[in-house]
Amino acid sequence: MIEPKIILTLVTFAPLLGVLVILFLPRERRNAIRTVALIASLIAFVLSILMLLQFDRTSGDVQMVARANWFQLAGVNIEYFLGVDGLSLLLVLLTTFITSLAILSTWTAIEERVKEFMIFFLLLEIGMVGVFLALDLFLFYVFWEFTLVPMYFLIGIWGGPRRIYAAIKFFLYTMAGSILMLLAILWLGLHFNSFSVPDLIAEGNIPGNIQTWLFLAFAAAFAIKVPMWPLHSWLPDAHVEAPTAGSVILAGVLLKMGTYGFLRFNIPLFPNAAVRFAPWVALLAVIGILYGAAVSYAQKDVKKLVAYSSVSHLGFVMLGLFALNPVGIQGGILQMVNHGLSTGALFLLVGMIYERRHTREMDAFGGLWKIMPVYGALTLIVTLSSMGLPGLNGFVGEFTILLGSFNSEALGSHLFAGFAAAGVILAAIYLLYMFQKLFLGPADKEENKRLKDLNWREIVILVPVLLLILWIGLYPKPFFELMAPSVDKVMAALQAVSVAVR
Amino acid sequence: MNVPLNYLLVLSGVLFTIGVLGVLVRRNAIVIFMSIELMLNSANLALIAFARSFAPAAGALRGQVLVFFVIAVAAAEVAVGLALIVVIFRAKKSIDVDQVSSLKG
Amino acid sequence: MLSSEIVGGTGLFSIAPLIIAFPILGLLINLIFGRRSNEKFVGIVASSAIGLAFVVAVAQFVALLGQPAGAAVHVADWITIGEFSVSWSLKVDTLSATMMLMVTGVSALIHIYAIGYMHDDVRFQGDPGRYTRFFVFFNLFVAAMMILVTADNFLMMFVGWEGVGLCSYLLIGFWYEKGADGIGNAVAGKKAFVTNRIGDFGFLIAMFLIFGAVGSLQFDEVFHWAHEHGLANEGVITAITLFLLLGATGKSAQIPLYVWLPDAMAGPTPVSALIHAATMVTAGVYMIARNQALFAVSEFSSSLVAIIGAATALFAATIAVAQFDIKKVLAYSTISQLGYMIAAVGIGAQVAGMFHLLTHAFFKALLFLSAGSVILGIEHGHHHVEHGSSGSAEAFDPNDMRNMGGLRSRMKTTFWVYLIGALALSGVPPFAGFFSKDEILTDAMQENMLVYILLAVAAFFTAFYMGRQILMVFFGKARSETAKHAPENPPIVTVPLILLALGAVIGGGLNFPGLHSLTNWLEHTLHVHVSEFNLQVSLISTCLVLLAIGLAWLLYGRKPMQEGQVDPLRRLLGPLFVGMENKWWVDEIYNAIIIRPYIALAAFLADVVDWRFWHDWFHDTILARSFRAGTHWLSSGFDAHVIDGAVNGLGSLTKEAAARLRLVQTGYVRNYALALFVGVLLILSYFLFV
Repeated sequence: MIEPKIILTLVTFAPLLGVLVILFLPRERRNAIRTVALIASLIAFVLSILMLLQFDRTSGDVQMVARANWFQLAGVNIEYFLGVDGLSLLLVLLTTFITSLAILSTWTAIEERVKEFMIFFLLLEIGMVGVFLALDLFLFYVFWEFTLVPMYFLIGIWGGPRRIYAAIKFFLYTMAGSILMLLAILWLGLHFNSFSVPDLIAEGNIPGNIQTWLFLAFAAAFAIKVPMWPLHSWLPDAHVEAPTAGSVILAGVLLKMGTYGFLRFNIPLFPNAAVRFAPWVALLAVIGILYGAAVSYAQKDVKKLVAYSSVSHLGFVMLGLFALNPVGIQGGILQMVNHGLSTGALFLLVGMIYERRHTREMDAFGGLWKIMPVYGALTLIVTLSSMGLPGLNGFVGEFTILLGSFNSEALGSHLFAGFAAAGVILAAIYLLYMFQKLFLGPADKEENKRLKDLNWREIVILVPVLLLILWIGLYPKPFFELMAPSVDKVMAALQAVSVAVR
Repeated sequence: MNVPLNYLLVLSGVLFTIGVLGVLVRRNAIVIFMSIELMLNSANLALIAFARSFAPAAGALRGQVLVFFVIAVAAAEVAVGLALIVVIFRAKKSIDVDQVSSLKG
Repeated sequence: MLSSEIVGGTGLFSIAPLIIAFPILGLLINLIFGRRSNEKFVGIVASSAIGLAFVVAVAQFVALLGQPAGAAVHVADWITIGEFSVSWSLKVDTLSATMMLMVTGVSALIHIYAIGYMHDDVRFQGDPGRYTRFFVFFNLFVAAMMILVTADNFLMMFVGWEGVGLCSYLLIGFWYEKGADGIGNAVAGKKAFVTNRIGDFGFLIAMFLIFGAVGSLQFDEVFHWAHEHGLANEGVITAITLFLLLGATGKSAQIPLYVWLPDAMAGPTPVSALIHAATMVTAGVYMIARNQALFAVSEFSSSLVAIIGAATALFAATIAVAQFDIKKVLAYSTISQLGYMIAAVGIGAQVAGMFHLLTHAFFKALLFLSAGSVILGIEHGHHHVEHGSSGSAEAFDPNDMRNMGGLRSRMKTTFWVYLIGALALSGVPPFAGFFSKDEILTDAMQENMLVYILLAVAAFFTAFYMGRQILMVFFGKARSETAKHAPENPPIVTVPLILLALGAVIGGGLNFPGLHSLTNWLEHTLHVHVSEFNLQVSLISTCLVLLAIGLAWLLYGRKPMQEGQVDPLRRLLGPLFVGMENKWWVDEIYNAIIIRPYIALAAFLADVVDWRFWHDWFHDTILARSFRAGTHWLSSGFDAHVIDGAVNGLGSLTKEAAARLRLVQTGYVRNYALALFVGVLLILSYFLFV
């Protein structure tokens, strides 16, 4: 296979090849540019599959490490340190998978400045994969901030009417949190003389009150990214104004960077603080679940509806993570993947109708199932997945999250899961409402009557997602097996602390 | 006749003072030059007085040699200065130094 | 029964998973090939799939005869995280086999019926391409129901539980562009799903509690735990059972979550017959029966179950009395009969409840299908009339009984089977309903008098409204042109009806007093008691029934209703009738207390709180504007005046100083000379005196 030391570097920087090739292509050759971008993302995907095949499922430690000294900052070594374990493996796969689909979806959607678009998109992919693989705090921060720039341009250039506002808001809001995280990172690096995450975890022993501040500083950045209520205001604007592929990647991957951050940094590095703040995070998560669902219901723009649904769904993920037990955490990780697939697919589907009708107002539709039956059927399945119908992926994640948080010692109360479970009712309400407004009822609007059903390219984009939706729903065992050893490792660190705290 | 050194020095001082006052008070450029000459010559007088009083000690002749230097310099300076005054006269039609105040700040 | 006591699936048991696989295979074949083939192909594939499933069910029955304790068949692992482990496993025992047989048997008949019904129906409603879609959903339903019934753990049961809910949604809203305002059917479907979800929420919480207490979701392990530790954990078990009850009230349409069932009549009649009469709605009853071990521990929950069941039985029966839509009468009747079953399992009479479940499946499905036959006939007649006459474009409701009348002579087969069904439902001996209902009443009299009274009164109403319906639809003279021309339906429609009628007649034999076949059968799975025949109870109920039928004949039979005439009961009962006709305004109350406030809350949260307050005011006005104001102040207020002021000040200071100093340059040589002189003096004095 591929040498373990370099495979992660290859996965991360494979899109760079695409960028380099595209740089030399003339801007008029749009199809060539698209093809090159697609091939580059597919190469990254294939490499990530190879990484999966080489993954050792029995080990909870980081694997396929690529480590080299980079430079020094005030006497502290900063390294180029990449590694993968059960926590990040699925997310890397999700990233490469979704990116390829998103690029494929832009074939007819993006016609202007395709060259710049693809370059930004591929750069974004590098950033995202880097975030998930980086194990040096400084390197992580670099990748983290790096993803903001292409996204800012993607929204700002190819977006909707209020794109500049949305792009700036997205950038500033996210960066504001990141700055606090940077302070914490610097403190950690200088105090422990190392920025390497595994070393910092092994070191441990950060005094309680300092842990609190560090936890909050990291949480500031991640909570904005997730986004946790009430720091979610940037999301509706960003999603509504972004081009379809931008929304897909934003919902599919970028939001997961926040939840991943909590899992990779906040919980293992600051276990005392994590245990202490768990109920508060859970409270915000539950509020997010219910609030997001209620607000989704009142939306008239379907993209905004799906945007708020992300707030609701990721509330579940946060609840699962901060149940601080294996069931909850594994459910949370799986739900990260599930959300990426379901909501990513929803945005793809919304994009498909937007391409045809150039409106996202739900009132403009109705009765589409008769006119576009394949589109209707596929949207139905994705909607049901989003709603957590048993047998599909969303249910497995939601159920394990709720089960974990219901009986969680760290949370200490059944009420969190109890209220969150009511979220499944609310989810059915707004999702079925959306489906009804778009697909059911009489098809009485003239503009809709001549719409064409999905073409082959669009079906090819959706079929893999649907297959995964069914696979994870019916037989999630292999996915859980990938995560289990690493989650157990996180739990071991927490157990030691829980015993001391409780 | 031995004229005491003091008398010569007093005379030199008086001459110098007259010269200074002349430079400071008078407005005519020629008179200012004359006053400057007077100052120079008072210095000469003082130098000769000291040279005479320290004779025949070694170095006493230095005073008299210095007088030659001063006379030479005075002459040169007068030459240049009078040339300047001629030029100024041609420009200003007057040798009143108060008239040459265009460098006023 | 401990899982170790149940033998793994061998022999005939091992083919049990096929009972789920066959319907799925059927739907996949139809999904892929259906559009290209004709109706016959689709219908045959779908029905055969169910037929094969029925064969598998029979095989399980046979296997159980030899091994009554049952077996567990493991299909695949599902979720394993640490100690939490559930798998896709089937539990074949006498209880689940009973459900398997009933569901596949009735489904097969209804599938066949639907071949003919949907052919005509789709023709009338438009878009023949939907024929395939119907059978795909129908097969999916049976698959989900089988998952529910054969599950060996709570989570798998939940998959089937929500799966049938999904199919219900899809099938209720089958004609999604019809109904009130063109969206009524879709809304009815959504109502069903959401209401059921509330029940599902209860089921979920119950599962979390169970796992927290027991550490497993597998039925055998949970029930074993309940046997061993039940009394010590009565509080938890009460909580669990209450939440399970919530789930059951959703799925089995009891108070307070029954409101979706009447609206579900918007779906095609085979759907109402199969899903909303015989199978899906019985899932709640089955679930409570299955969880006997838990409910037995908690007195409180069991009593509550019984009361809710009995109250629903009576409540729904009163509403059925005043309905004019033929299907709505049957819908409320279903809710009422489900109340009987729920009450039965609540008072610990699991056998009686299951018995009634089975007989009800027969006669209610029969009634619905017959009603469908009536409706089809009316639609045919309407078509005939429309084509014949100038065609007035008034809205014609084929379901309205006021447009019917005198159909006895035109639709003979339908009439006879309908009559049999009605008699069975009313509990007239010797039809099936009599035995099952009486067993419930007998047990109720012994266990809980209040329940008995409620159920007995409900029996009275039941017989009354069925009598009213029969008399209104089939007797008297036709009250509309359409009714005069309604034809009988083809055999593909009427034959399944006859078969079901047979079941309604002889169904009592399932647990005939003395034989107690069902009791003996279920004894292997549940704790049962033999319910002896009680003459007193039977006499009372028979009298009530005859009284009710007599009353119905007095009102509707002696002087049949004329066209346009007001219902005689309206004059008699006045405001009570209005209440009954309007379903006691429960939907309106829910709308006012729950639905509209939620919509308002959602709109408030979205527009005011999230957008105008948080997004616009806080972020844009407070944060952004204050940031801009701050920077504005910093730049023009602070920076311009203070910083720039300082820097400019330096400049002007320099200028001032220079201006002052400049004055020294008088331009007068004499001043310069004086300055020189003074300076020399100073220096000399410094050297001389310092």
